[in-house]
Amino acid sequence: MSTEALIFMIVVQSTVTVITGYFFYKVLFGKKREE
Amino acid sequence: MGKVKESWGSRIGLILAMAGNAVGLGNFLRFPIQAVQNGGGAFIIPYLVSFLLMGIPLLWVEWALGRYGGVRGNHSTPFIMGSMAKQRIWKYVGVFGIFTNIGIISYYTYIESWTFTYTLQSIFQSFNGLSAAEVSQAFDHYVGITGGGANGAFIINIPIWAIVAFVVTLALNVYVLSKGLSGGIEKVAKIAMPLLLIFGVFLAIMAFTLGDTGEPGCSTCNANLGFEFLWNPQFDSLANPKVWLAAAGQIFFTLSVGMGTILCYAAYVKKHEDIALNSMTAGWMNGFVEIVLGASIVIPIAVGYMGLDWVKENAGFMMAFKTMPYLFGKWGPVLSSLSGIAWFGLLFIAGITSSLAMGTPWMGFVEDEFNWSRKKGAYTLGAIVLVLALPTILFFEAGVFDEYDYWTGTVALVIFAMAEVILFAWFFGMDNGWKEINDGADINVPLIYKPIIKWVTPFFILIILISSLFKPLNGDMADWQTAFNTLFSTGSWPFASDSIIGQIFHLNVDVVWFKDGSPTIMFIKDMSRMLLLLTFAGLAFMVHIAANKRRNLKSTKQAS
Repeated sequence: MSTEALIFMIVVQSTVTVITGYFFYKVLFGKKREE
Repeated sequence: MGKVKESWGSRIGLILAMAGNAVGLGNFLRFPIQAVQNGGGAFIIPYLVSFLLMGIPLLWVEWALGRYGGVRGNHSTPFIMGSMAKQRIWKYVGVFGIFTNIGIISYYTYIESWTFTYTLQSIFQSFNGLSAAEVSQAFDHYVGITGGGANGAFIINIPIWAIVAFVVTLALNVYVLSKGLSGGIEKVAKIAMPLLLIFGVFLAIMAFTLGDTGEPGCSTCNANLGFEFLWNPQFDSLANPKVWLAAAGQIFFTLSVGMGTILCYAAYVKKHEDIALNSMTAGWMNGFVEIVLGASIVIPIAVGYMGLDWVKENAGFMMAFKTMPYLFGKWGPVLSSLSGIAWFGLLFIAGITSSLAMGTPWMGFVEDEFNWSRKKGAYTLGAIVLVLALPTILFFEAGVFDEYDYWTGTVALVIFAMAEVILFAWFFGMDNGWKEINDGADINVPLIYKPIIKWVTPFFILIILISSLFKPLNGDMADWQTAFNTLFSTGSWPFASDSIIGQIFHLNVDVVWFKDGSPTIMFIKDMSRMLLLLTFAGLAFMVHIAANKRRNLKSTKQAS
């Protein structure tokens, strides 16, 4: 696997994973907006 | 109307059900195959751009439409859309939101039943010791493929076991739907989605650790070459409209936008409950399953044992059933059985969580408008799906399955998405719409999305619709240039036979309904189109009756 492909894969997959994790964190532990 | 008192039991249950709706067979089969067929790594960039400019806006629009309609007692797309603008036409546009789901569920449940059977066969190690050809033939035998139908002659498939498995799978769907949202769908999602992640991670680890398999006579049998092909960025392909169309189409399919299911699920969200964060969590979870897990299983494992050239030539949806069991067989009896259970179990979960969502629009419609019980709604859905699905099973080889997929799973999605974003941004009004998206929001929705929803997303969808209507030849940049040259020089447009116009008028195809006294495949396909049209007309008529009932009720109330 070329370095370029490896870097591209790691960047895209880890970005998607971090964003998904962040949203789940916000849902589970985030501060709820007052109604 | 509005007698439905159901709601989601918990926030996480709602998100998992929404994610389950989006995560389907397409995440594991359609996405990697589309990537392979559209230049590998080149596909990812247009895919991500389409997600940001079309997918995310449509998610917010659909959730907002759903909650707005739901708090006003509307749980089906015709009356959700009808509640947002004065024009009666929107109720009938909303018919697409029920029709599309009934159409898709009719062939989707059939695929789901294959995954059910193949999970059982993996448990009983039925594929152990079979050659690649034998595994492939086993699938053909299972769905009753005869190899007939030469020159368009009539052909029928009668796969007894496939029919039995289909009926069992449909019955399971009907049972869960009859248990309602929190008692059925939400419970399934809470168990199934974590299980799907476990299965997916297990298979992705197997693929990442596969490397060079040393298959005799195969120099490209290396899983890393599969990853390389999927992830090597080729920026020159970004200028190819075909790649952009494929990427945008995948976004529609993967997020389940343009179907009406999201609206109907969101219709059970409480007033002022967050939709901005919930929709992003479900949408990005779908992205995670697709980009991280979906891209890391079928293609790398297939390249590992069959070689890159074979995969480039043969990559297709049926690989899941015709090839994967053989590849798992290379890992020995125990691991192959475990991998088979994980793979087909994962596909079954992805399938059932989506098909359950597709049942909801019909359920919401008949419960709201005709006061039917949940059970009656579920049973009637089962009966309708059975009638519509039988042609896809019996005439599988004749292409009825593909006809359903094309009209309900591809064309209808784009039309409905276009309509709902126009309704939301232009008729309901972007200021009202923006307020609706931000009502109760637990995240700050970036302001840039206000003009994106109003201008960019409709434009994006319009381009897809026009390109699909008028697609020339293969849809490459050179084909479009040639098509415009032909238009200016001869006044005619070289429609591709798979463009929407080409499909409607059977362009570049001989239209023969009967040959030697027997109906042809063309006749069967056209009859399946008629069946879909009748289904749409029947649903539109039911909406008409329901609208009249509402009007009469309103006049009676005003009179008294």
